[in-house]
Amino acid sequence: MASDLLVHISGANTVWVLLSAALVMFMTVPALGMFYGGLVKKKNVLNIMMQSFASLGVVSIIWVAFGYSLAFSQSEIIPGVLGDFHWSFLAGIGPSDPSPYFVSDSTGRVPHMAFIIFQCMFAVITPAVISGAMAERMKFPAFVLFVALWTVFIYVPLTHMMWSTNGVFAKMGLADFAGGTVVEINSGFSALACALALGKRKGQRGSPPHDLTYTLAGAAMLWFGWFGFNAGSGLAADGLAAQAFVNTNMAGAAAAVVWATLDWIIQKKPTILGFASGGVAGLVVITPAAGYVNVAGAMALGAAAGLACYGMVVFVKNKLGYDDSLDAFGVHGIAGMIGILGTGLLADPAITRGFAMNGGNGVAGLAFGGFNLFAVQAFAALVTIGVAFFGSTVLLRAIDWLIGLRVSERDEAIGLDATQHNERAYTVIE
Amino acid sequence: MKMIVAIIQPFRLDEVKQALYDIDVRLMTVSEVLGHGRQKGVTEFYRGVKETGNLLRKIRIEIGVNDEFLEPCIEAIEKGARTGELGDGKIFVYEMSECVRIRTGERGREAIG
Repeated sequence: MASDLLVHISGANTVWVLLSAALVMFMTVPALGMFYGGLVKKKNVLNIMMQSFASLGVVSIIWVAFGYSLAFSQSEIIPGVLGDFHWSFLAGIGPSDPSPYFVSDSTGRVPHMAFIIFQCMFAVITPAVISGAMAERMKFPAFVLFVALWTVFIYVPLTHMMWSTNGVFAKMGLADFAGGTVVEINSGFSALACALALGKRKGQRGSPPHDLTYTLAGAAMLWFGWFGFNAGSGLAADGLAAQAFVNTNMAGAAAAVVWATLDWIIQKKPTILGFASGGVAGLVVITPAAGYVNVAGAMALGAAAGLACYGMVVFVKNKLGYDDSLDAFGVHGIAGMIGILGTGLLADPAITRGFAMNGGNGVAGLAFGGFNLFAVQAFAALVTIGVAFFGSTVLLRAIDWLIGLRVSERDEAIGLDATQHNERAYTVIE
Repeated sequence: MKMIVAIIQPFRLDEVKQALYDIDVRLMTVSEVLGHGRQKGVTEFYRGVKETGNLLRKIRIEIGVNDEFLEPCIEAIEKGARTGELGDGKIFVYEMSECVRIRTGERGREAIG
């Protein structure tokens, strides 16, 4: 471990992490809003985009007020699970304080403020991902209340467990580079709980996406932002960031090609939506693995995610009949799980050797003799699934009892833009 | 032969289509139109600015039918579109002098079905 005397703020690392924080913000709005917005009916496009924007507003405020403190403070209310309030409103944190957290570079730190805002953007995007499962039928006030409660009761404790210094899984040596548990499995299984709690949208016919050009542009912007999401998660502008960057691109590429090819074989045409969905699945799967696996591992994970998510979304979902409207569970839940287990399997110690994690010895997955890691990964995945699914279910029941989750049948038929926001996205004749 | 033109609320389209399918009427032309009747349009707010008297979105359904289908069609559209509130719409019926199926050149009764 580095002596305290060597710890300093690195300008290069600071630039990269601040830029990455901005990239992750861009993933939420407009990228995710557009990706989802193109998929809904045109009478609901503003509502789904508003859900992403609302998440940026509400979660940012909670994060600074006490969310960050509960998630990352070293002093704790519940040991290993929840921090305390001593950094509320970022009390006592000055602009020149180095971050207590590091990943790949133990001495060249970023400012504490940079770490806080980078993590803030992760907290913002995660509930925005869930909105895909609630599309076209949830009351807007119920959504806002859900996002606030969910951030406090589910996101914050899981983040503490996985990523904070004293977190129970962090101490076991969990390898989750950019949030396979905290972001992906968490949002995916919470989305499943939402889809089940809300029930299906009205009408039997599946409505076609109202504008796939939006969806494709949104997917491209997500891919762009994901470089910050993953390669920024090492909190340093170093070789590991470059490795994570390359891995991110390769997993996205592999999954996109696999999904589009499956479309080609099974539905006779390669589709734009298939390519975009596959790309996102690949970016999800590499999220926990980006800084641990080699390029071959990244491509293998991407291909596996393309295959599994395609099966989940195209066959399993339609068989089971739950209405995960925009496939938040089918893509983020499934690929997140594959990513976490895949990291436990394929983590190559040659990639992380010499960097600060695991004392510079490199992190080894099952394929490289690391038996322990795989067990930790599986255990963390199980706990995340449980907290996300059951926790969200309880919150949704409570909100349903308080103010109701779902809009009236009439409002659903008229559309959420007009009924929830009193606005419309498109005019017919000016 | 008659031409039915119905102006309905957009959010009742699914119900109207289903009611027409139920009496085996599957041929129709649907378009999105703007207009208003006695409700005098809607009020929307953009950055606090009130926009009044905006035309409302409506759906227009056009169906050409043989005479014996007229009453069942009207009943089906009423059943599907009626909510009992202002703005439910109107059904207009015209005499239709000819109908040609372009693919085969058939005319009249045969061309409609």
